Amino acid sequence: MKSVFKELVHAPWSAKFGFCVIILYVAVALLAPHLAPYGETQVVGDGFAAWGAQFPLGTDNLGRDMLSRLLYGARNTVGIAFLTTMLAFLLGGLAGLIAALKGGWVDMGLSRLVDILMAIPQLIFALLILSVVGTTATSLVLVIALLDSTRVFRLARAVAMNVVVQDFVEAARLRGEGTVWLVTREILPNAAAPLIAEFGLRFCFVFLFISALSFLGLGIQPPTADWGSMVRDNAVLITFGDLTPLLPALAVALLTVGVNFVVDWMLYRSSGLKEC
Amino acid sequence: MNAANPSLLQIRDLHIEGYYDDAWHPLVQGIDLTLARGEVLGLIGESGAGKSTLGLAAMGYTRDGCRITGGSIHFDGLDLRQCSAEALRKLRGLRIAYVAQSAAASFNPAQRLIDQHVETAVINGGMKRSEAEAQAVELYRVLRLPNPESIGQRYPHQVSGGQLQRAMTAMAMACQPDLIIFDEPTTALDVTTQIEVLAAIRDAVKRFGMAAIYITHDLAVVSQMADRIMVLRHGKRVEEAATRQMLQAPTQDYTKSLWAVRCFRTDPKGRPEQGGPLLEVRNASASYSQQPVLHDVSMRLYRGQTLAVIGESGSGKSTTARLITGLLQPSSGQVLFDGEVLPADYRRRSKAQLRSIQMIYQIPDTALNPRQRIVDIIGRPLAFYLGLKGKALRQRVAELLEMIELDPGKFMERLPSELSGGQKQRVCIARALAAEPQVIICDEVTSALDQLVAEGILKLLDRVQRQLGVSYLFITHDVATVRAIADEVVVMQRGKVVDAGARDVIFTPPHRDYTGLLFSSEPEMDPDWLDRILQQRASV
Repeated sequence: MKSVFKELVHAPWSAKFGFCVIILYVAVALLAPHLAPYGETQVVGDGFAAWGAQFPLGTDNLGRDMLSRLLYGARNTVGIAFLTTMLAFLLGGLAGLIAALKGGWVDMGLSRLVDILMAIPQLIFALLILSVVGTTATSLVLVIALLDSTRVFRLARAVAMNVVVQDFVEAARLRGEGTVWLVTREILPNAAAPLIAEFGLRFCFVFLFISALSFLGLGIQPPTADWGSMVRDNAVLITFGDLTPLLPALAVALLTVGVNFVVDWMLYRSSGLKEC
Repeated sequence: MNAANPSLLQIRDLHIEGYYDDAWHPLVQGIDLTLARGEVLGLIGESGAGKSTLGLAAMGYTRDGCRITGGSIHFDGLDLRQCSAEALRKLRGLRIAYVAQSAAASFNPAQRLIDQHVETAVINGGMKRSEAEAQAVELYRVLRLPNPESIGQRYPHQVSGGQLQRAMTAMAMACQPDLIIFDEPTTALDVTTQIEVLAAIRDAVKRFGMAAIYITHDLAVVSQMADRIMVLRHGKRVEEAATRQMLQAPTQDYTKSLWAVRCFRTDPKGRPEQGGPLLEVRNASASYSQQPVLHDVSMRLYRGQTLAVIGESGSGKSTTARLITGLLQPSSGQVLFDGEVLPADYRRRSKAQLRSIQMIYQIPDTALNPRQRIVDIIGRPLAFYLGLKGKALRQRVAELLEMIELDPGKFMERLPSELSGGQKQRVCIARALAAEPQVIICDEVTSALDQLVAEGILKLLDRVQRQLGVSYLFITHDVATVRAIADEVVVMQRGKVVDAGARDVIFTPPHRDYTGLLFSSEPEMDPDWLDRILQQRASV
């Protein structure tokens, strides 16, 4: 823990900025009910009210407080994106490590399955499945996690391939170790760095994907506050030169940039790349 | 040094530091070095002695994370420390060239040899491409590469390791540099290939009258190549003298210890009176996807003995080890342990069978999980096979660490990256011993290590064998190692056993053809050895 802190102190300013952004978002997501002046779905005034003392960022098309919805949106959008990414990594990462370890027909079967899933454009596939099974939060998480796990599978398999051929894995195999030990003790610790970096990157993609789906009306369903659908709901204001509907998009962009700064730094550390 | 032949390279009181563990550490401490035109200087010392750092500094270059903190480097009147990056770039390749240890890693695999060869000459040397190519072919001929006219059209993976090393030397000579730095150019090669490369490099250097710095840890090699030898240790000069004088009368204790490495011999251990072989490979043949690699190989290892398997790379010695461990299944033949046939696939062997045959690998860096502490690495076989836990486990790990001469208090909690190469190999030995096996397969366990460190490992293995009565199957390409530790020897070539017998019998002439070739290729510490052996071979 101490060394992590020490590393952070030595990290470049971009990584520190990224960390600050992430911490801010996490804090907002956790404390949303305390920070928000009004309720998430509470109609408190006229539609499209201007910025002012009562409504710092104005109201949306139905007269709900924009700031409150923005704060609650952090909780919903970030929370679901995080859950989805975790699930995708659990699924894809585990399958990838096992495919690399076992090789042969296990690897063949899993890889071809992933190829089939990847052959269909992700957004269209998601739209298709979601319109069939319905857009509840659960189905949203499961569908996106499954689709994203294919990308994680590819990476985990590639990284693990390089670890599996090392002598210490062979030594563990010859000792008679089982799959669980090989995956969790021998391979995973040595494949962790690129996977963690990918986690950050994947999180951004999932995040944007959910926002995109919400914008199209198939993501997180109203009246739940969500940044993607907030842009869509208030899009009409843009034609009047009002920046309010772009605030949720800005929130998305800021987090994406922050996470990417941190990921860059982690990649730099794990690959041993040096700046010249 | 006379006025007519002024020194080409002059290094005075050079200090270089390296940055690791959050601090600067001295790598080279106040070294003076003078090199005349056409002179070959041998730099020798164990790894970490600063040989390569000094060699690179002669080009005005330091690796990432290193800095020159004091002293001067003058090359032909030019102060390299004051030169601009642009001036240095012009100098390198044209007037100073570098030959790295691993040619395979230094060539761009996606370009033909000749394209890489002519690059510097055309870009920096102002030569025409056709001119440079003609000269490349000439150099290939001088370095005795087969088909000099066409070999340049091949890609690096299409030629052998020895040829690639010669192609790299040719590339370094492309612009007729005044100085070439050879950084362990033959360390990765088989002895029989090494001879050819050594002879080719030496003749080419002489022919063009180039000066050279020849870096190696192999004294026998450097005594063939160098006019003068400098011994380095911990970044300081131990001693420096003309080659013959240095070999005949080293003055410092450290130099003498380097010289004495090759004299280590174990006492022969007789075969046990009763009982059959502990481990036997019986008429085994094997292939890698249709390509046969082993033909009817048989060998026997008796309890408490050391069986050495020697051969060049590609001779099938490591494949035999894979067969014994069950990683590769033979197409015919069997492996017997204590009279019982072992299942061909390791996954079908019992825990007791797996435990009784342990393995030590060539490269200790990849054989230890970098994310596990030493106590976990050595402790795992104890927990897995013997069911030890908690205090008893730590106690046993400490005992094992003491057996391999590492201080338990210091090393238990460390990660492998905090250990030196020799210490890592000792940990690998401890891990193998933790399982309390009857046979340990040692796959080139000393070839990645310095001679002094390697000798320490061999002595340790010998002591352990006497204490515990464990048997070794020792795979190596190094004749000296076999002579040091083997009780019985098997010589392999192209997947076949071509010679076998007790150590004394095998090493006493007359030798069979291939055994003779292999043994005579081992460099000796006599500056005339290379000439003599080349003459002998030419006359046959």
